[in-house]
Amino acid sequence: MTDRERPYVGRSLLRREDRRLLTGRGQFIADLELPRMLHAAFIRSPLAHARIRSVDLSRAAAVPGVALALSGAELARLLPPLPDTQLSLPSKWTSRVEHEFHNPQQPGLAHDKVRHVGEALAVVVAESRYAAEDAAELVTLDLDPLPAVVSAEAALTADAALIHEHLQTNLFGAFSIAKGHVDAAMAQAPHKLQRRFYHHRYAAMPMECRGVAAMHDPRTGSITIWSATQVVHWVRREVAGILGLPEARVRCLALDVGGGFGLKGHVYPEDLVIPFLARRLGRPVRWIEDRHEHLQCSAHSRDQLHEVEVGFDNDGHILALRDDFIVDCGAWNPIGGGVPYNTAAHLTGPYKIDHLAVSARTAATNKVPNTAYRGAGRPEAVFAMERIVDLVAGSLGLEPADVRRRNMIRAEEMPYRPGILYRDGEPIVYDSGDYPGGLQKALEAIGGVEAFRRRQREARRKRQYLGLGIGFYVEGTGVGPFEGATVRIDGSGKIYASSGASSQGQGMETIFAQIVADAWRVAPDDVIISFADTAGIAGGSGTFASRSTVNVSAALHHANERLRQKAFAIAANLLECATADLELRDDGIGVVGVPGTSVSLAQVAQAARPGWDHGRPQGVEAGLEETYYWEPPTVTWSYAAHAAIVEVDRELGQVKIDKYAIAHDCGVVVNPLLVEGQIAGGTAQGLGGILLEDIAYDPDGQLLAGSLADYMVPTAGDMPEMVLVHQHTPSPLNPLGVKGVGEGGAVAPPAAIANAVADALALFGAEFNTTPIKPEQIVKAVRSAPLGNDRLRLDSREST
Amino acid sequence: MSEIREIRVTVNGKGYQGRCEPRKLLVDFIREDLGLTGTHIGCEHGICGACTILFNGEAARSCLMFAVQAQGAELLTVEGLARGDEYHPLQQAFHEHHALQCGYCTPGMLIAALDFLATNPSPTEDEIREGISSVLCRCTGYVNIVKAVAAAAEVMRGTSGQPGP
Repeated sequence: MTDRERPYVGRSLLRREDRRLLTGRGQFIADLELPRMLHAAFIRSPLAHARIRSVDLSRAAAVPGVALALSGAELARLLPPLPDTQLSLPSKWTSRVEHEFHNPQQPGLAHDKVRHVGEALAVVVAESRYAAEDAAELVTLDLDPLPAVVSAEAALTADAALIHEHLQTNLFGAFSIAKGHVDAAMAQAPHKLQRRFYHHRYAAMPMECRGVAAMHDPRTGSITIWSATQVVHWVRREVAGILGLPEARVRCLALDVGGGFGLKGHVYPEDLVIPFLARRLGRPVRWIEDRHEHLQCSAHSRDQLHEVEVGFDNDGHILALRDDFIVDCGAWNPIGGGVPYNTAAHLTGPYKIDHLAVSARTAATNKVPNTAYRGAGRPEAVFAMERIVDLVAGSLGLEPADVRRRNMIRAEEMPYRPGILYRDGEPIVYDSGDYPGGLQKALEAIGGVEAFRRRQREARRKRQYLGLGIGFYVEGTGVGPFEGATVRIDGSGKIYASSGASSQGQGMETIFAQIVADAWRVAPDDVIISFADTAGIAGGSGTFASRSTVNVSAALHHANERLRQKAFAIAANLLECATADLELRDDGIGVVGVPGTSVSLAQVAQAARPGWDHGRPQGVEAGLEETYYWEPPTVTWSYAAHAAIVEVDRELGQVKIDKYAIAHDCGVVVNPLLVEGQIAGGTAQGLGGILLEDIAYDPDGQLLAGSLADYMVPTAGDMPEMVLVHQHTPSPLNPLGVKGVGEGGAVAPPAAIANAVADALALFGAEFNTTPIKPEQIVKAVRSAPLGNDRLRLDSREST
Repeated sequence: MSEIREIRVTVNGKGYQGRCEPRKLLVDFIREDLGLTGTHIGCEHGICGACTILFNGEAARSCLMFAVQAQGAELLTVEGLARGDEYHPLQQAFHEHHALQCGYCTPGMLIAALDFLATNPSPTEDEIREGISSVLCRCTGYVNIVKAVAAAAEVMRGTSGQPGP
């Protein structure tokens, strides 16, 4: 880290955060000890939908060591509910997109009804977690069961039980977007296909569950909150609002966070209840979610049902596309319309489709709330679109890769305007890239299509079923509204940077040090990255939506640039020269062409100080610190092609991934090692999602995946080797030319695997339009496929 | 609850004694009573492996044991891997191969890998995948963990591979 080979951006520097994490010296929320700290345990609903008759806390309150037992009804008298949405859409969007939203406000604890298994309806605070759980077991609930609504389709029928009676509907929201003349184009299309695609519910499942600790300072009336969150400034905002405090009296920090992936990207009821309890009890209070709770109260995701119609010509050109989809949102909708709108905006992906109509509905059900998880609505869109492309190709007897190429936007057509709005309200502009080039690279990495088809035919003779599948996505990254950075040079010459972004494993302490080190010609070790603390910067958006590298690097760039001008003005004063004669050097700031004239950054910072005997020129204010809030013009577009070769055992239903290749473009790469890590990790989550993971509910709304024994997180043995191919076109939309990369890996695997499995079993006529694709689905799909039984008989005859 | 027990254990070569209820989980005892918070809790039901430690030389889930079961035992946790500031070869390989992101599973993964390499010092890639499948990682897709374990195995074949001081 100390070598001064520049630039640092673009180099695979090893991470600065590793040492503490490798030696057991990291600090996660569960490691935090506060003086006289109490421990909270929540009492959660065992029923999916029920009216709360009573919550009897008397036995719990009598347990030794219990400081407080509180029901939802009591809390409702003391604390207002959460706001109806934490993530508002801009007026540029609301004024241009036809929509309706009906979002309820979630109380800190349920008090009238419970609306999903796991919803908290009381809390116990005690001297230890053991005592709190002992007491929680003694709480007696009297619940009057109501019919459970466990599918989005059922939720929107006229006779469905209402989950939020005051809304008079289970519809949380709806919108529609269109371009061209889809009805006419569809009517004139030589071929049409209609299919239903269901992308099942799965979840982020970070290895660290959530956790919140809070401490109230009675001297100043201020509250400090430590939360395993991706959005410290949101937590500050909501806690301040609900506890009636000025934001200046609320501080939120995130310590080391053990994975987030979107799940920790909004404010949960516990983020508000724990600070409230700390203030009420006058002692620090901490709650650490256990895995059992996590599965039943931390956000799930996906769970969309798409009804798609496509019109196309004899060559496979897609002429018109219609998609009506429903999101199964669960009982609450904390982040509003962002996820379904992502789905709509990303549906057409890399393809030129002139006539499009998409309508979306978000339905309330008696399940855990559905919010953003790595990809946030995009995997569902890509699954539907990429399956459609393969179905179009299959119906015409064409190679799916060829149909993709025929429909793809070409590199020379960039920047390209697909003719719809992004969720920031701006018209989408694919700013840069080479989609056919990316597809080609991914296909070459798995050995090429023609070679595969030969291999597939040969394998078929031995009754081995090989399939090739492609999943191509484009992704708007770096969404606004803003992210800020404060940069300060102190009297030691070290450079301090803070931002509202925060790391859950992405390596921000390393990559942003690389960026700042380049800006000042210092070593990364001379840069102090101090994120994830609202005390570090007044405003922040947070880390989600593949946005932090894009927006923070731009904010840092502008803050650095302002600070450089000021540093040069002071250096010019010290060196008695003009600022135009100065340059940054390894040892500070010096006069161009005159070696040995440098002043160090420490000297400049000391000269910048306020007070007597400073070294500033007249008119230059004291201090060497600048803050810049970057407001991106709109998103910048990453993309990748995923190509998979699988072997399917049609009898056991097993899918073995033989080859998996990814060709991706995230613009300028700050740290290749870390980018590759992000892609591999995201891809594993996508593969787990399609092949293993399943948040299933029974018809009564009981959660069937109640532990990690039931919810199958992939192990090392489940994951394939992955080949990564880089193809980088810099973004023109930000100073460094970067595009976001955090989510992308998770977006394409469900589509790539579904297409590969369908290709492997194409001769049975089996389609895989529903996820997950687990052994039972494969065996069932082959047996129930149009040609399934005939082919199976044929197969067994051949084998005898 | 029931009577408090006195527990003596050796952790990372150092003797400790503590007092706790018989029902206290070993992982809670290590973290709360001994202050060694490097060992993490990911599921408390024996699946994720974040709490993996060496118990008398063999890998064990410290969330599936009670502290009283560790009476007199020798334990190794992640804090005992390095020799002072010098990484154990597994830690060094995890660092060089970017085999950790959030770092939450890492202590359990390191200990599981240590245990695995003790039984199989020259593993194939498939054997490594199988060998570390007792610990779940949600960040890396295991790609770099597999590389790191292979690299550490090579280094450790040339050394004792013994952890700690």
